[in-house]
Amino acid sequence: MPDDPSNPLIRARGLTKRFGEFTAVDSIDFDVAVGESFGFLGPNGAGKTSTMRMIGCTSPITGGTLEVMGMNPAVHGPQIRARLGVVPQQDTLDSELTVRENLAIYGRYFGLSRAEVGRRADELLEFAQLTERANDQVEPLSGGMKRRLTIARSLINEPTLLLLDEPTTGLDPQARHLLWDRLYRLKQRGVTLVLTTHYMDEAEQLCDRLVVMDKAKIVAEGSPRELIERYSTREVTELRFAPGIVETLDGRLDGIAQRVEHLPDRILLYADDGEAAAVAVNQRGLKPETVLVRRSSLEDVFLRLTGRSLIE
Amino acid sequence: MITLRVTPAFALGSRRSARLIERNLYVYKHGWMVILSGFFEPLFYLLGIGFGLGALIGTIAGPGGEPISYQLFVAPALLASSAMNGAITESTFNFFFKLNYNKTFTSILATPLSPGDIALGELGWALIRGGLYALGFMGVMVALGLVVSPWVILAVPAALLLGFAFGAVGMAATSFMKTWQDFDLIQLVVLPMFLFSGTFYPLDAYPDALRVIVQLTPLYQGVDLIRSLTVGAISPILLFHVAYLAVMGIVGLAITSRRLDKLLLK
Ligand SMILES: Nc1ncnc2c1ncn2[C@@H]1O[C@H](COP(=O)(O)OP(=O)(O)O)[C@@H](O)[C@H]1O
Ligand SMILES: [Mg+2]
Repeated sequence: MPDDPSNPLIRARGLTKRFGEFTAVDSIDFDVAVGESFGFLGPNGAGKTSTMRMIGCTSPITGGTLEVMGMNPAVHGPQIRARLGVVPQQDTLDSELTVRENLAIYGRYFGLSRAEVGRRADELLEFAQLTERANDQVEPLSGGMKRRLTIARSLINEPTLLLLDEPTTGLDPQARHLLWDRLYRLKQRGVTLVLTTHYMDEAEQLCDRLVVMDKAKIVAEGSPRELIERYSTREVTELRFAPGIVETLDGRLDGIAQRVEHLPDRILLYADDGEAAAVAVNQRGLKPETVLVRRSSLEDVFLRLTGRSLIE
Repeated sequence: MITLRVTPAFALGSRRSARLIERNLYVYKHGWMVILSGFFEPLFYLLGIGFGLGALIGTIAGPGGEPISYQLFVAPALLASSAMNGAITESTFNFFFKLNYNKTFTSILATPLSPGDIALGELGWALIRGGLYALGFMGVMVALGLVVSPWVILAVPAALLLGFAFGAVGMAATSFMKTWQDFDLIQLVVLPMFLFSGTFYPLDAYPDALRVIVQLTPLYQGVDLIRSLTVGAISPILLFHVAYLAVMGIVGLAITSRRLDKLLLK
């Protein structure tokens, strides 16, 4: 079964989710292979959470087909969930229990013995760097700690497949890096990761392959590098002009780059050689206030595909 | 061939429900004082009304028509009412909190447990709590010399059955509630039932039409069942009481399970 592409861990065809009249997920197709880490990248409201909940067997599908570990969620929900770890977008920790009890009782829901649950809880507290807080209530924990506890909790049943819905949204950079490190370790242990994010750096860090979602649909699919190669140039030159100047440019940037993108606060020049583009701007006598040359990112891919920024 | 479309019992919950009971044990490990309070309420009623008023009233006609002491008349009714109250507290206020604020159930549904497991598990917990109260109260009755028939042994399971019926219907009702204010409605139903279901005086006090209505209330089933068992007045009508309460509980549980499905698995 491992690595055999004919046996994906998740297989979705025409997968659709409607809430009444509203279509939150509109006939999407994707496969996730065993051991892969797969991402859904998209802005708020794209349908990422709806998709994750269908995979997690807590939201019935309204159209198409979905198979998780070769099983149908509508029929084998409990069997599938037994092998899943779920980190929901909003923490759902049990506020009436302590940190350690949260882990222990969760293991019991999966039918693990008390002894086993105790052993794993200690291990996971260590993994999440929460050993000192084991007997504290959950409420006073920081956002990063709660998130780590939620991830630890999702691992109590040693899942084959881990679903992470915006694992680091709202965390400070340090907390994010700690979480990325933990997720990277899991990936190395062979856990299949499926995550959603609207952070391009997160997608680039964690995903072997991803789909870009926008308005309930998948608009592109590939590895972060492939997507950048396909939809963007190697480099980007960002220009910021003093107020009022942009309106007077009127075609004077034509030909400098393969593509020019006007954003409200800056102009992006897509060129394989960003330095050269910056020099050309100068030679044409244009005087931007700042010039920044950087590598292309998934943000640029998204902009190209949808005409909008990922984070407004 | 005839196909019967009945909800199989296992669809309402499974062995996994027991995990919910375990969760509640964890919670109450931190706050066991709350549990203790449930013992005292019926006890205070028994001492205050049973012995206070009882001294004025003397004897009263029991379920079989024979005169019994007022204490013996009122004690089983208090056992029944406290079983009802215990089940209702757990299945309404506490259930509403877990459903809407704590997100406990949402996180549980990501595990192999189903809404039916949750409904059954929560009810199981309410029953364990109710059973403890019933046993405690029974102990008090023994101490006060209010035990006159061996049938009284069955009063505790009868109180559990009553708790099952009210707990299940309480959860079903709660699943439709939107705000804490809606709980006033429950009080509006429970309080009159507590006062008028033959709890404190026999049904002879009512005109015929009103008596029939009272005889149809669920609490009356429990009061008459437990009182009859306490004094040993066994008759076929007790089977009707049992069937009534059992059906009420099963229907409540099925509705709760459906509602949780609808509310949590969107
Ligand atoms: N339970 C629901 N009922 C109605 N609409 C919903 C529900 N859940 C999500 N939606 C709508 O579906 C769309 C996609 O939401 P979601 O899947 O949460 O997107 P994302 O996770 O990408 O931000 C949003 O417009 C959201 O308002
Ligand atoms: Mg989301």
